[in-house]
Amino acid sequence: MTDLIKERAISIIVNNKPDVLARIAGTFSARGFNIESISANVTRNPVITKIIITTLSTQETIDKIIKQLNRLVDVLDARKISRSQVCRREMILARLSMPEDRQAAVEELVGAHSGKVVSRESGSAILEFTGDKDTIEEVLNRLEALGMEDLTRTGTVFMERGKP
Amino acid sequence: MQQTGSQILFKALKEEKVDTLFGYPGGSVMDIYDEMFRQNIRHILVRHEQGAIHAADGYARASGRVGVCLVTSGPGATNTVTGIANAYMDSIPVVVLTGQVTTAMIGNDGFQEVDITGITRTCTKHNFLVRRIGDLQGTIREAFQIARSGRPGPVLVDLPKDVIQSVIEADVPPAAVPPAEEACPDLERPCNEALKLLLKAKRPLIIVGGGVILGKASEVFRSFVKKLQIPVASTLMGMGAFPGTDPLWTGMVGMHGAYYANMAVSQCDVLMAVGVRFDDRVTSKVSAFAPHARLIHIDIDPVSIDKVIRADVSMVCHCGPALKTLNRLIDEQRLTLPKLQIRHWHRQLRQWKAEMPLQYCRNQNIKPQYVIEKLYQLTEGRAIIATEVGQNQMWAAQFYRFDEPNTFLTSGGLGAMGFGLPAAIGAQVACPDRIVVDVAGDGSIQMNIQELATVVHYGLPVKVVILNNLYLGMVRQWQELYYGRRYSQTDMTQAPDFVKLAEAYGVKGLRATKPEDVKRILLEGLETPGPVMMDFQVEPEENVYPIVKPGSPLTEMSFGNVRAVA
Ligand SMILES: Cc1ncc(C[n+]2csc(CCOP(=O)(O)OP(=O)(O)O)c2C)c(N)n1
Repeated sequence: MTDLIKERAISIIVNNKPDVLARIAGTFSARGFNIESISANVTRNPVITKIIITTLSTQETIDKIIKQLNRLVDVLDARKISRSQVCRREMILARLSMPEDRQAAVEELVGAHSGKVVSRESGSAILEFTGDKDTIEEVLNRLEALGMEDLTRTGTVFMERGKP
Repeated sequence: MQQTGSQILFKALKEEKVDTLFGYPGGSVMDIYDEMFRQNIRHILVRHEQGAIHAADGYARASGRVGVCLVTSGPGATNTVTGIANAYMDSIPVVVLTGQVTTAMIGNDGFQEVDITGITRTCTKHNFLVRRIGDLQGTIREAFQIARSGRPGPVLVDLPKDVIQSVIEADVPPAAVPPAEEACPDLERPCNEALKLLLKAKRPLIIVGGGVILGKASEVFRSFVKKLQIPVASTLMGMGAFPGTDPLWTGMVGMHGAYYANMAVSQCDVLMAVGVRFDDRVTSKVSAFAPHARLIHIDIDPVSIDKVIRADVSMVCHCGPALKTLNRLIDEQRLTLPKLQIRHWHRQLRQWKAEMPLQYCRNQNIKPQYVIEKLYQLTEGRAIIATEVGQNQMWAAQFYRFDEPNTFLTSGGLGAMGFGLPAAIGAQVACPDRIVVDVAGDGSIQMNIQELATVVHYGLPVKVVILNNLYLGMVRQWQELYYGRRYSQTDMTQAPDFVKLAEAYGVKGLRATKPEDVKRILLEGLETPGPVMMDFQVEPEENVYPIVKPGSPLTEMSFGNVRAVA
């Protein structure tokens, strides 16, 4: 169904310039679309940045947005990520207070989802998890139950399976 | 050799063959203006920066070249924003050079600092802030390249004062970037598909748009039409791409389109849209637009394709190459549209034209349509017509017949009142030997009336024809038709004496109050050397017909009381 509103992902290769993100964000906001998640970083070529954006929209809308994006001078390529064929990951860092009696539960969670304790401080710890959206949601539910104090979450990154 | 930023700027402009700037000075661009003494370039000093950008735009529309405008930072820059948006909506190639505070000051709310690249991000094709003098020449080159390539549009270059003042060792000729080849997709396949559709059609129609004019493709378009003998309707922006006097001419479509044009679109079985983006003033109710037609759509902007109406055959390219390919295929395969097959259609169109031509009723008052008709006759259709916005604009489109491209200059997408006079200035600068007329309303003309001083300053023989109805006429018309005749804030009776005002500026002022005056005043105005402003006191509550109520199908046209007379 093309008129179904669902999460859709776009991969954008751009010139690494100060205003390019504003232009891309403007392309969404000018049409009243929300960016659900965004992930951007320079590539191995320092003048080129790769951006991955997810948004809730219909097929038709996403096609229009992609045309608009490709019209921007600093966009070298914008295209849809076909969702059935991809690996997708998000990452979170979460701070938990760590009283003695919670240690075991935390260890168990870290073990079950290949998490990592990236920093231990007196009475608290910072944990790292990566996974697809569902996994991350599940981990977050558990972390909340364990008394999560702070959270940062990246945008989604994707890679299509098979050679491009 | 050491060169300043100003010198490099002029060098870069010369490289782009710029010989005219429309501008207004101020603190942040004083170095550029000072350098101007040593440069062989024409600068037209306007009286308001909105005038500068519209004039650059008018220059571009009339000449097909890139228009250039130069203004100071802060208020100078913000005063150009309406004009930039205007050029953006109508895809006009202009380069706007704005001064900026020094790079060290940027972001500190300095005196006359505005983030003009931020402000214009969504109404320019692209914009630049030049941070280093080393980037200056390349940026200017890129700005022109972007402005004129693909779907043209305005490009703004923000120039911090220290970049302009600094000095660089610049005798090394910078590597010239080859102009990006505009890739043309393989046209043969879609062209063959298009021809297949057209040759099967019983009721084919072409809509021509501004893209044909911008793409300088009128000639090849005309030869295409001649080969297949398909009737041609036009959008507002397409006027002039095809001769308004040709028997195949089927008029303007849309809200104020001709009856026969709107009927033709609504009944055609194949519609070929060339350089058209299907603005809502053209389509009105989209679901009822060309309901029986297969659509062939040619446009340089991929965004235009399938945006409003789904195309059966589409080509993303300049109109010229597509039409050339079509012409070649027609010649190679000796294709013709069987006369018999479309005889009924041609007859139908003739009948519609006879039934309901563009018309109006005469009485003892001057009818604005009559003024335009006479203007057309007296100029033998050879004037460049700029318009303001409102009824005057629609009457100009309906009653002047445009035979050549680049002769109808109007604010189509934005509908910006105040466009006409400065646009006429730009056109007159570009085409000194042409008759250039601004068809104006009494409301609009007051939005950039100060440019009369510019006209006199440079001895430009621009003629202003005011259709003075003492109202913001188009808004009043909507109030009459759709708001129960409640005329809220559209009375313009309190107006200057336009004749005296003209004279105060040093422009000849003329006035007509009766139909018998019209021809004489127009003749006098046109024959007087130099600028003239003519005040035609027209029927105050005349309406533009046909009119399609916004959101209704194009077939639902109102004609006021002209039908009774016809
Ligand atoms: C800058 C601007 N402000 C407001 C409008 C809205 N508007 C559209 S037509 C019109 C009336 C124009 O009146 P006038 O120039 O006298 O022309 P007429 O319609 O009477 O020919 C107005 C106010 C506009 N198009 N542009």
